[in-house]
Amino acid sequence: MTQLLLEQALNGLQFGLMLFLLAAGLTLVFGIMDCINLAHGSLYMVGAYFVAAAAQAADSFWIGLGAGVAGAAVLGLLLEVTLFRRLYQRDHLSQVLATFALILIANEAVRLIWGPAPLMLNPPEALAGPVEIGNFFYPAYRLVIIAFGVAVAALLYLLVAKSRVGMWVRAGAANREMTEALGINVRALFTAVFVFGAALCALAGGLLGPLLAVQVGMGESVLILAFVVIIIGGIGSIRGALVGSLIVGTVDTLGRALLPTLLRAMLPADAASTLGPALASILIYLLMAGILFFKPQGLFPSRA
Amino acid sequence: MAFYRPAAWQKPLSLALLCALLALPTGLEALGQEFYIGFATRVLIFALAATSLNLVLGFGGMVSLGHAAFFGTGAYVAAICQQAGIAEALLAFPLAMAAAGLLALAVGAISLRTRGVYFIMITLAFAQMAYYLFVSARAWGGDDGLSLSRRMTLAGFSLASDTALFFAALAALAATMLLFGRLADARFGRALQAIRENETRMEALGYPVFRYRLVAFALGGALAGLAGALLANQTGLASPGLLQWTQSGTLLVMVIIGGVGYLYGGIVGAVVLLMLEETLVGFTEHWHIVLGLLLLGVVLFAPKGVAALFGKRHG
Repeated sequence: MTQLLLEQALNGLQFGLMLFLLAAGLTLVFGIMDCINLAHGSLYMVGAYFVAAAAQAADSFWIGLGAGVAGAAVLGLLLEVTLFRRLYQRDHLSQVLATFALILIANEAVRLIWGPAPLMLNPPEALAGPVEIGNFFYPAYRLVIIAFGVAVAALLYLLVAKSRVGMWVRAGAANREMTEALGINVRALFTAVFVFGAALCALAGGLLGPLLAVQVGMGESVLILAFVVIIIGGIGSIRGALVGSLIVGTVDTLGRALLPTLLRAMLPADAASTLGPALASILIYLLMAGILFFKPQGLFPSRA
Repeated sequence: MAFYRPAAWQKPLSLALLCALLALPTGLEALGQEFYIGFATRVLIFALAATSLNLVLGFGGMVSLGHAAFFGTGAYVAAICQQAGIAEALLAFPLAMAAAGLLALAVGAISLRTRGVYFIMITLAFAQMAYYLFVSARAWGGDDGLSLSRRMTLAGFSLASDTALFFAALAALAATMLLFGRLADARFGRALQAIRENETRMEALGYPVFRYRLVAFALGGALAGLAGALLANQTGLASPGLLQWTQSGTLLVMVIIGGVGYLYGGIVGAVVLLMLEETLVGFTEHWHIVLGLLLLGVVLFAPKGVAALFGKRHG
């Protein structure tokens, strides 16, 4: 039992850290530019496709990952300069419509280029096997993902909390006009943040590629989770995104693994088998509604 | 946004439109194009759903990304009624509206405590909950959904023929538009729009802002439930797909294309989007790309929607 618990906790940690890669970019775009980007999940999908395609072409996972992330950054730059710049000043409704349109375009474009079948992305061979931790085995590749997630989180923390650019970003999230008035080139800052967010999306997509299928529509489900994360954490807060990601990652993973068993112990088998999966899949939404009920601005509100 | 006030041409135009629609099935039959009666019914049903969202979004100023939950609930209640032996629409449809309206009342009571993007996201979250509940409800078909073995009867008349269902959908839409038009121009509608424009001032004037919004939200949900019940009758299926967030997005797109806050915005949007879909599908299977590009064009170049290109609202 403790073994299962430990394994699921590690899975939850790994899932949470990957969510953080997505949520970090989303919360900054959301917080600083006040722009709802429903197409963030599409960047994740397109990034994963870039990585898979590059990895197949180069026959190396790591080269593919690097090339895919770079490709997604370039795509992010193009999108920001041609489209998103025009959306920042518009109302939320226009942003929802425009980025919804982007989702349609991205899904169909991917289907057009790579076909409807999922793409296979293999983890590097050296990491394909399990490693022994204490008294149980855990896939080496998942440990690498955790390491990546921790490294990126640490890097982001240093960047946002300790560097000058990070200070501008935080200032922009707290009060955009004031930051502009102080002589910061907020427009260039926006572009940089957006491109960085796109690169993080591709990193998450590429790393998760070997675990999940690289397929059309993979962006939508994860997008909703990323939104739940930043709403729980508070829009515009990196710290909130990290805490929110870890909460959502662990609660979702542990809920799916343990709830059915737990319910079976308390309820008749018939009711438990119906209620278990249902409750497990709505658990994080319940959590979010609960948090919003008591803290309508999220756990770490970035605006006063 | 400006306040809604009925234009002088609105009444004669609405009556002419209604007459044209009444004659549509006969006309299509004469031309041998019966297939399009079904399509027209679908347009009417989505026009009803989009109009219900327009009440919430356009007149109430509440950007809800969870409207599909009420739409889908209506469809499920219709299917469940049919399974339970209630095959009379006069009984089943009000039940569907009541269930969807009550759900909207509960969702609204919690969601309306939040503002702006938080409201968008919390409505989305509730819709996701409803979606997953229906997906895992094995008694109601789970992933596959719940099918209706046959269409219902309306006051004893069978809706089995496409023409009969068309008239039922038309009646529902016409009644809704009548109610909607009267409501928008009445005290309730004025107060609702004033709250959209300046919530703080209305609060200071002593209006129960929360209650006005909640009533509009629940009414919108109930009307979406009616649309869902009609759709379940047409397709013979209530599936979880109806509650998916992309469905909420599609309804939102319809209202925005048609014109947010215009009485006919929802209808125009449903007609434009579904006709576009029907036409594009004929040209390419990758019509989503074309649709996406068109939507981007609307956002960038016609931000107020198609209805705004035709009519001017009085300020």
